[in-house]
Amino acid sequence: MTKYRINKTRFVDQTKTVSFTFEGKKYHGFEGDTLASALLSNGIHLVGRSFKYHRPRGIMSCGSEEPNAICQINADTNLTEPNVRATEIELYEGLRASSQNCWPNLNFDIGGINNLISPFIPAGFYYKTFMWPKSFWKKIYEPLIRLSAGLGKSPSQPDPDIYDHKHEHCDVLVIGGGISGIISAKIAAKNNLKTILIEDKNILGGSTIYQNNKNFIIDNKKSNEWLMNEISELEKLDNLIIKTRTSLAAFHSYNYLLAKENISDHLPLYKKNGDIRQRLWKIRADRVIVAAGAIERPLIFNNNDRPGIILANSVKKYLDFYGVSTGLNNIIFTNNDSAYETAVSLFEKGISVKIIDIRKKSSSDIVKNAEDLGIRIYWNSTVVNTFGYKKIKSIEIMNLSEDGSNVTGNIRKIQCDCLSISGGWTPMVHMHTQSGGKLDFREIDQVFVPSEKSENHINVGSCNGDFELEEIVKNTNNKVKKFLNINESGFDKISVLCSKELEKKNIWLLPNTISEGKTKSFIDFQNDSTAKDIKLALREGFKSIEHVKRYTTTGMATDQGKLSNMHALGIIADTAGVKMGTLGTTTFRPPFTPLTFGAIVGRSVGKFFDVVRKTSIHEWHVQNNAKFENVGQWKRPWYYPINNENLHEAVQRESKTARDSAGILDASTLGKIDIQGSDASEFLNRVYTNAWSKLGIGKCRYGLMLNEDGMVYDDGVTTRLGENHYLMTTTTGGAANVLSKLEDYLQTEWPELDVYLTSVTDHYSTASICGPNSKKILKKLFPNKDFSDEAFPHMSYQEAIIDKIECRIMRISFTGELSYEINVESKYGKSLWESCIRAGEEYKISPYGTETMHLLRAEKGFIIVGQDTDGTMTPVDLQMDWIVSKKKYDFIGKRSLYRSDTIREDRKQLVGLLTDDPNEILEEGAQIVSELDKKPVEMIGHVTSSYFSPNLNKSIALAVVKGGKKMKGQKLFVPMENKNINVTVSDFIFFDKENKRINA
Amino acid sequence: MFIINCPYCGERDQSEFSCGGEAHIVRPKQPTELSDGEWAEYLFMRKNIKGVQFERWNHAHGCRKWFNMVRDTSNDKIHAVYKMGEKPPVI
Ligand SMILES: [Zn+2]
Repeated sequence: MTKYRINKTRFVDQTKTVSFTFEGKKYHGFEGDTLASALLSNGIHLVGRSFKYHRPRGIMSCGSEEPNAICQINADTNLTEPNVRATEIELYEGLRASSQNCWPNLNFDIGGINNLISPFIPAGFYYKTFMWPKSFWKKIYEPLIRLSAGLGKSPSQPDPDIYDHKHEHCDVLVIGGGISGIISAKIAAKNNLKTILIEDKNILGGSTIYQNNKNFIIDNKKSNEWLMNEISELEKLDNLIIKTRTSLAAFHSYNYLLAKENISDHLPLYKKNGDIRQRLWKIRADRVIVAAGAIERPLIFNNNDRPGIILANSVKKYLDFYGVSTGLNNIIFTNNDSAYETAVSLFEKGISVKIIDIRKKSSSDIVKNAEDLGIRIYWNSTVVNTFGYKKIKSIEIMNLSEDGSNVTGNIRKIQCDCLSISGGWTPMVHMHTQSGGKLDFREIDQVFVPSEKSENHINVGSCNGDFELEEIVKNTNNKVKKFLNINESGFDKISVLCSKELEKKNIWLLPNTISEGKTKSFIDFQNDSTAKDIKLALREGFKSIEHVKRYTTTGMATDQGKLSNMHALGIIADTAGVKMGTLGTTTFRPPFTPLTFGAIVGRSVGKFFDVVRKTSIHEWHVQNNAKFENVGQWKRPWYYPINNENLHEAVQRESKTARDSAGILDASTLGKIDIQGSDASEFLNRVYTNAWSKLGIGKCRYGLMLNEDGMVYDDGVTTRLGENHYLMTTTTGGAANVLSKLEDYLQTEWPELDVYLTSVTDHYSTASICGPNSKKILKKLFPNKDFSDEAFPHMSYQEAIIDKIECRIMRISFTGELSYEINVESKYGKSLWESCIRAGEEYKISPYGTETMHLLRAEKGFIIVGQDTDGTMTPVDLQMDWIVSKKKYDFIGKRSLYRSDTIREDRKQLVGLLTDDPNEILEEGAQIVSELDKKPVEMIGHVTSSYFSPNLNKSIALAVVKGGKKMKGQKLFVPMENKNINVTVSDFIFFDKENKRINA
Repeated sequence: MFIINCPYCGERDQSEFSCGGEAHIVRPKQPTELSDGEWAEYLFMRKNIKGVQFERWNHAHGCRKWFNMVRDTSNDKIHAVYKMGEKPPVI
């Protein structure tokens, strides 16, 4: 046993040694230890440096509220994890931990210099100082801040672990396995309710499980023994699931909760073999009982942050649970009775202890117990300073004045190697507020407690503001019975004896003789905010707690201010002279403790990250060396390089071949909606800007769809298959939204219309063949079909058979070339495609991808919705007035086309741009200006599409420019980082303006 | 995360639904006869109430039906669901 492992307990197995390293040095602990208890057993308190001043910091608590002992685990491996609290990680064989916030090392920290210049680093320092000069940012401030501000290193390799998600439903969920959670779970489970009890530690029992004190008796047994017995009975119950190592992350509305279960985090390294590491439980509970407990408060006094200053109840837990003494010469500094339990415990283990109490007296049983043992108590006193750099060595105390606002008398110096502090208790109301619950302020002991009653959840035990054992047991029993409609429970006749606190006193910021400016009274230990920072923020005019919090960064570290928020509020209230309850609190947001990214995403990694949609022709594209582009969830061929062609070379070749001979595109991804019903024509009239009633059967028409605000929403060709039957196509990315929008109008605005919509996007595969030789290829494919312009004109559709497969052929064009789209059922898509390729071989048909498609249509000035439009373009802006029916009484968006805003002549309008240097290709998204010298430079538009056209042998671009319609021929500029490109506004149809090729 | 009682399917998780904003805003039958102001009133103005609000919801990953819902936006309590075209309940 080490010098500090002074006690044997049932919770730590001292026969099982576990070795680990800290800061590269090897140590031993035992099975059942946390990293923190093992470090303390080796006499190690110094575990990190503070964030701003780089002051040495030690382990301060034993739970999730820990602000200082933040470690990097297993650095430089794929298992590494930053920001792990040493107080929460269970020790395992092979664990390697290192301190995070120190450089070059823990014992010699260069950032410690900040501590010496700290009078110059007040609240808002970063905002105030690092503002200027601007040139200092990149080279001086940022590297400096990054080097000295350590929040750990994220892993550089993929996470080898598996994470899981599981849905669970239950009648009652109990959060917290302390005494009140155990009572609640037992009552629920015994009454035939399916119950889940979750506890974040590895064993149940909370702090009562090590409360081995004669002043706390339940049914004639010491409270810890009584609870031990309850737990063993609890474990026998059938309809109760007990989940230890499981912490609640979020409590959402309608009792939907997320909890994270650690499955392999505590196992030795050699047993972590890629199995499930953590599981995120998604629980829907009929009723929730929150028994989350309370967190001990620190006290705020000068230099209250030295290693060896530890919360009093944590000192007790290290002693009575882990068998570790945090010091051999202890002083307890308190404002309440609970710390006396720690004193008695220390005394009983033979460890020297003295008590400093800010109260004038206390007449409770536990205090009498301490007095009877002969423990020295300094009443009405406060600590005014502490000493010792890497570990506390001594303190100075003074008497408090009558009203507690000042100190009087002489300074008394006392030696110690550990100072246990207790400022009372803060109920863990996080869960309650996350679920939408409100809080009340309780004046007598200065705590926020859950207020309004919810039908679906209750708070019991110390998270509800019950701090005394008798209250906890009896109130929990009564509340749970009422909540679950139960008349009797096994706890109705229970007898509880406990010490009761009669005298209460709280001072948020303890007084000192030194002026405030020269003290360092830390409130937020992790972010290094002090009482003086809070006061400065108030002096500078910040009033709201939310503003003070952000300005001073109080409560904004990884511990979310679990230890600091109440003191910040208290000091604000005292300074501003207002009542604390009137200030409100900051908002507690999920997760309660940090979650790993792995737990959040679960199995949705790698190929399960998102749905991938492939056309039935996909395999052919892969075999033919296609490079793919993601369009929504679809994988679309982008281009098909031959030999070592790059994107540009491949696209130039594909575009040229398509115009000179023939090209083929997989157009299967376009959205397809089958529309049927006696009002189908009327429906199309209402959703498209143009007229549809007179479209003949077997004919196709291009349509433009607007939003009700008049802005272009989607476009596509719709074919009339029969009297009451249409096939609509949409953009690839817009398919789902268009269907939703159409369904919305049908169900809500026009329920009288007889129309049925079916998404058939996946039902059909489409091969689109274009180019002057396309007709010849079609003739080869369908020898019996008449493809003359008379029999099969542009914008018409016919049915045909190929290899016994029924096809729909549409003669439509998005490239300006003579063009046919052949649709077959998806299962025949690849076979059709291969037939087309074979038939096209003699014409050197080239498959082309989305990039060539975009280029070809840009040559023709056809827009792509979503590329040349952005939700602010009307058809008029796009110079597509021709498609807007003047005759139709109404269609979606019509009225908006003559709002005062949409008829402005200086709206951004679609134009063509030609660069003065025909080889200069503009960047899509580049800004356009008309005057270079005018300051500020006015952006009058931007480039939406830009390509080098192989068919015109020059660069072309589409752009939207303010008042562009009237600017044809005008010179404009596209300023780039190192040059200005001269451009001229042109028509946006660059190629075959007369549309001759469509009928070539 | 609410549980929503779809009038066609029954209770389902909120993740199956999408919200379509304020309910009972009827598209004008004769938009061309409206002034800019009147049209803007229909097009842009929404109440966005903190408290009881009548909303449109769609069972997007279910039956795809639109329906109306009365929800208190301050605490997400759902007071009623009813089909399109039905009279709103008095809350
Ligand atoms: Zn439904």
